[in-house]
Amino acid sequence: MDYQPEPSIPHFPSPLARALRFLPLTPVSLALTRLTRSMAGRHEAMFRRLGEHANARFLLDPTDLPVTLCLEPRAGNPRVTLHRKPPEADARIAGPLAALLGLVHGAYDGDALFFSRDLVIEGDTAAALALRNAVDDAELDIAAEIESLSGPLARPLHRLIALAERRTGVALTRHEEDLLW
Amino acid sequence: MVMEIVCPAGTPAALRAAVKAGAHTIYCGFADETNARNFPGLNFSREEMADGVAFAHAKGAKVLVAINTYPRAGSESLWHAAVADAETAGADAVILADLGLLAYAANNHPNLRRHLSVQAAAANAEIINFYGEEFGVKRVVLPRVLSVPEIAAINKDTDIETEVFVFGGLCVMAEGRCSLSSYATGRSPNMNGVCSPASHVEYVEDQGALSAKLGGYTIHAVGADEPAPYPTLCKGCFSAGEKTAHLFEDPVSLNAEQLIPQLAKSGVTALKIEGRQRSRSYVAQVVKNFRAAVEAVDAGRPLPEGMLARLSEGQAVTTGAYKKTWR
Repeated sequence: MDYQPEPSIPHFPSPLARALRFLPLTPVSLALTRLTRSMAGRHEAMFRRLGEHANARFLLDPTDLPVTLCLEPRAGNPRVTLHRKPPEADARIAGPLAALLGLVHGAYDGDALFFSRDLVIEGDTAAALALRNAVDDAELDIAAEIESLSGPLARPLHRLIALAERRTGVALTRHEEDLLW
Repeated sequence: MVMEIVCPAGTPAALRAAVKAGAHTIYCGFADETNARNFPGLNFSREEMADGVAFAHAKGAKVLVAINTYPRAGSESLWHAAVADAETAGADAVILADLGLLAYAANNHPNLRRHLSVQAAAANAEIINFYGEEFGVKRVVLPRVLSVPEIAAINKDTDIETEVFVFGGLCVMAEGRCSLSSYATGRSPNMNGVCSPASHVEYVEDQGALSAKLGGYTIHAVGADEPAPYPTLCKGCFSAGEKTAHLFEDPVSLNAEQLIPQLAKSGVTALKIEGRQRSRSYVAQVVKNFRAAVEAVDAGRPLPEGMLARLSEGQAVTTGAYKKTWR
């Protein structure tokens, strides 16, 4: 048998994470809900894939941030709320922010992150699996979704995100695969 | 001739990723119990299957539809509909295991190519030829219990194409004969399409130690620095007498990449990758790796360095039965 560990996942810088303790949760929650509903309109199949778990509550816990996200898909009318103390949920998916973003953007394999303990799953494993598979199939690009809601700021925002992605090594956007053969 | 890479896709996005990464052929299934990867959030609707086939064909790739569970008595129509819908979707072949379903497909859909699933556990040339003569089977996926010389012996005595697994999860049993998971969950791979279903899985972490449970039973517990296990019953760590060990099978994945030249010499037509439950990222990485490997073998170049162990269950790999050795 050969053993090969997972390459290390970038962690959110601690000083910035500490600053997020003062984040105003309500307006950011409203903005995230608006973003998620905008995505829901373009990715209806994602909610169909959740099947019986379309009304579950998912706790997305970036372990390097002082806040957690509660995602309620509500069968296509999603709501996202930020919390300083994690609320009750059906399933918790926890890991560094870069790992969670990388999963959404197809940069990492969820099982590989789980085997390497970079990702923790608690609660309803079937619900967590359904969410992982639904998101993986949706080929989401969070940066593009934010840009589409940013009006005249979209172009400078795009450049800023691209710069941040290059500097941090975090998958902030979805990279379209090229034909390799 | 370059060996064919047969790649898994649990979602349309994974299918597209596989095609772009260089898969010659993609296998997938409908979102019901007709296929052996009936997991939450996975698989294809009828419309998605037709779209996926069209995408693959446009890029020169083929699509096989796995209808490889055993039809439940009184519900055979579900499996019959799957065969008909695979043909309507334009699939290049169906992968079947059940004798009755093979007969149904041969009689009612004679122009739809038939492959024999690994679930049928056809492990010698005599039975393979029988499937070919009686049901027009054109290709057999060999069970993961054979050594390379045994595969060569089979190919010497049959004209039917053979396909072998080269990467991904392993089963301890001769495929198609395992109901171990049903003892803890009431559900088994061959009837419901799920082994150790996620709905019965629970992880409990306590001060870094992780317990993986199935149906309420702890199947494996690991320390903070060890890879996380999936609680598949046959890969659990159990205590018997005074010994605690993986009594049935180690939680490792197959990686026969280095055996590709020998598999080519033994007459194998296609190399199969396991993992319809995995992400599009996994699919793209594994396909890219294996496509490069078969191209190298065909061109007489040395095999490229593999980088796939971290994608594997237990983050460890084995050559399985292909290269039998004592521990």
